[in-house]
Amino acid sequence: MQALYAQLLVGLINGSFYALLSLGLAVIFGMLNIINFAHGALYMMGAFVAYFLLNLGGINYWWALLFAPIIVGIFGMILERTMLQWLTGLDHLYGLLLTFGIALIVQGVFQNYFGSSGLPYAIPDQLKGGMNLGFMFLPVYRGWVVIFSLVVCIATWFLIEKTRLGAYLRAATENPTLVRAFGVNVPRMITLTYGLGVGLAALAGVLSAPINQVRPLMGADLIIVVFAVVVIGGMGSIMGSIITGFALGVIEGLTKYFYPEASNTVVFVLMVLVLLVKPTGLTGRAA
Amino acid sequence: MAETATAEAPAKAASGGNLLQVRNLEAWYGESHILHGINFDVNAGEVVTLLGRNGAGKTTTLKSIMGIIGKRTGSVKFNDQDIIRTTSDKIARMGIAFCPEERGIFASLDVRENLLLPPVVRPGGLPLEQIFDLFPNLKERLNSQGTKLSGGEQQMLAIARILRTGANFLMLDEPTEGLAPVIIQQIGHTIARLKKEGFTILLVEQNFRFASTVADRYYVVEHGKIIDGFSNAELAANMDKLHTYLGV
Repeated sequence: MQALYAQLLVGLINGSFYALLSLGLAVIFGMLNIINFAHGALYMMGAFVAYFLLNLGGINYWWALLFAPIIVGIFGMILERTMLQWLTGLDHLYGLLLTFGIALIVQGVFQNYFGSSGLPYAIPDQLKGGMNLGFMFLPVYRGWVVIFSLVVCIATWFLIEKTRLGAYLRAATENPTLVRAFGVNVPRMITLTYGLGVGLAALAGVLSAPINQVRPLMGADLIIVVFAVVVIGGMGSIMGSIITGFALGVIEGLTKYFYPEASNTVVFVLMVLVLLVKPTGLTGRAA
Repeated sequence: MAETATAEAPAKAASGGNLLQVRNLEAWYGESHILHGINFDVNAGEVVTLLGRNGAGKTTTLKSIMGIIGKRTGSVKFNDQDIIRTTSDKIARMGIAFCPEERGIFASLDVRENLLLPPVVRPGGLPLEQIFDLFPNLKERLNSQGTKLSGGEQQMLAIARILRTGANFLMLDEPTEGLAPVIIQQIGHTIARLKKEGFTILLVEQNFRFASTVADRYYVVEHGKIIDGFSNAELAANMDKLHTYLGV
């Protein structure tokens, strides 16, 4: 039983990263109509920024949780202003190719300086150790990642679905021309939205650093699964991508316990099944 | 400004200056050239109607003024400021509001969010109570999804949401299209009341009978040009011509 709970916890942690990343992808896709293949590289940058902040600036984990998303978010907004904005109105394929190229370049640069092995990032003192929950031993940091990710996901959902700013965002996703004709600076909103999505990826990167180490290819490994998650959940829905992210993490964890051989493929098998039955994804709207 | 009126824009109300002055406006949708030199004026406080057959360029004229047509040339002056190169968000902030033909109600927003969506661009917009007074149906349906409303209610919502922004120049594109007579009547009353409140309204209509109940002046659009214009008083004398223009 201990092993089952342990795998469930690993599943929830992976699910946290899936949720944070697919949430950002959904927001970006809604506003920019771009399938952001650079998402994994930006997640990796989040972890590296945390590493640099700590080792070059002496800035600890807690501040990194704030600053890394902002720094990487600004980097993302520069990408959007200088490159992505010119793709408005073109086929999805162009955005996919451009962001894929950006991902390769960013990863290449980091690999050039840091190789492929991992750099250590210590768990902050306050979150070291573990708790005995009676039925299992819970490392505090891992519990923190799950809960904090959940809070961030729900806060993002609230921002988009329940606030005035979110209403602008949803409206501009439907009809950017009209929202702009009401006096809203839609191009600036698009840039900030990209920054928000990228910031979420970077935040996931910071959270992941103490668990998975900091590696140039950490995002490349993860992003393939995240895209499968997005396909399963459907691009259109915010809550859908959060729930699907966590759920698939858990399913992956359970598979690791019951049938470990399939744990790397179960998400893709599910993706194929969903595509066969409901090509827009479980919560997605028709394009 | 009165002396700049051209032959195509003969009918001018005596009171007030031009709030909107359109000169030689040309516009393109991609490769196709839609407007071939539109000239007309709208004075403050007027209701002016653009008449014309389908595809004449009426909607394109409104969209060009609003700045949401990609390629446009000529001059559009609003309050003496040329806005031909201005982006639509800045044009909106100068006090022009647009109610599109397809109404543009957002499906992912409820009625309240739809109503409150357009930001207030200047003081002087109608307070919400007054808007609910004009459109009592909306008040009861604030929590419905925007696109769950009936066609008439959606049209009211589309008009209502631009009244609270403080914009004083409203462009309404076929507000009566596809609606029941009783609702058309209600929209007619609304426009009359908005005029009394001091709004200036540029209306695009196919429904000439409806237009004649609210408009001060008319322009006839054909093949992307204004081919005639007259005031409501001159309407009877121009009926025959008008029938020929509109093919009714």
